[in-house]
Amino acid sequence: MNWSEFFAMKGYGLYVWGSYGMAMLVFIIEIVMVRHRRTLIVQRLRQMRDAASNV
Amino acid sequence: MAINWFKYSAPSTFYGAAGKMIPWFAASSALLFILGLYLGFFVAPTDVQQSEAYRIMFIHVPVSILSMLIYLVMAGYAALGLIFNTRLSAMMASSLAPTGALFAFLSLWTGALWGKPMWGAWWVWDARLTSELILLFLYLGFIALHASIDDPRRADRASALLAIIGSVNVPIIYFSVQWWNTLHQGATIKLTGTTMHVAMQQSLLVMFLACWLYVITMALLRVRSIILERERNNQWVMELTEMKP
Repeated sequence: MNWSEFFAMKGYGLYVWGSYGMAMLVFIIEIVMVRHRRTLIVQRLRQMRDAASNV
Repeated sequence: MAINWFKYSAPSTFYGAAGKMIPWFAASSALLFILGLYLGFFVAPTDVQQSEAYRIMFIHVPVSILSMLIYLVMAGYAALGLIFNTRLSAMMASSLAPTGALFAFLSLWTGALWGKPMWGAWWVWDARLTSELILLFLYLGFIALHASIDDPRRADRASALLAIIGSVNVPIIYFSVQWWNTLHQGATIKLTGTTMHVAMQQSLLVMFLACWLYVITMALLRVRSIILERERNNQWVMELTEMKP
């Protein structure tokens, strides 16, 4: 089996790779969003602390 | 064993414990995804009836089962939060909801891409598909309701009620293929055994475990942010190492 045959999936390539591609995309987006949420809250907490210590 | 479970139900203790567990869950999930995809694409044979299109199963079935399972776990945490008034339970429920919604979406998406070549339709208003769509809306409703109430404790209680009532939909999805005449096929793997090829069973199992560990990883990562957001006025948060300049 060569690679172009593998990617063609006997004519079902669009459906098979469309499924796995979307799953991968969703996982990547979720990981980026979860990391972003953490960056935001840590930043905000640092600002809160700095604001409190400057009083 | 005398483990004090209530100790771990304190957000401050759980925050650190979750941080220690995340790398293990993430690494084992990644390894199992590689193994599962290898088994699913290079070891499992071509299906007699569905040719290569059946390989969608290895992602469709795990995300679909988990979309239901996550909902039950989420509703369970929500109920615990409602009964015992524990903050962490409600935070876990909020943490699971976005991942559950994404899994319900992936179930519908991969189902559409499997339905088109096999049934000739991306979508049919069939009991299985419709109840799964309702599951997606329940997740989105839970997230929206929680976000719409300013007081977090009140938001927890209101959305917990929605989660608990909505859980009646899960058995409806599960048994829909038995209760109604649907286009969707019934369960292939039953308690009495299966007719599925052993390599197909193995890749399905490994992909299921990989997705499960992914869900745990995401839930723990997200709940750590939720803990910080909601416990921000507590001294222990300010003393964390990540707060050091």
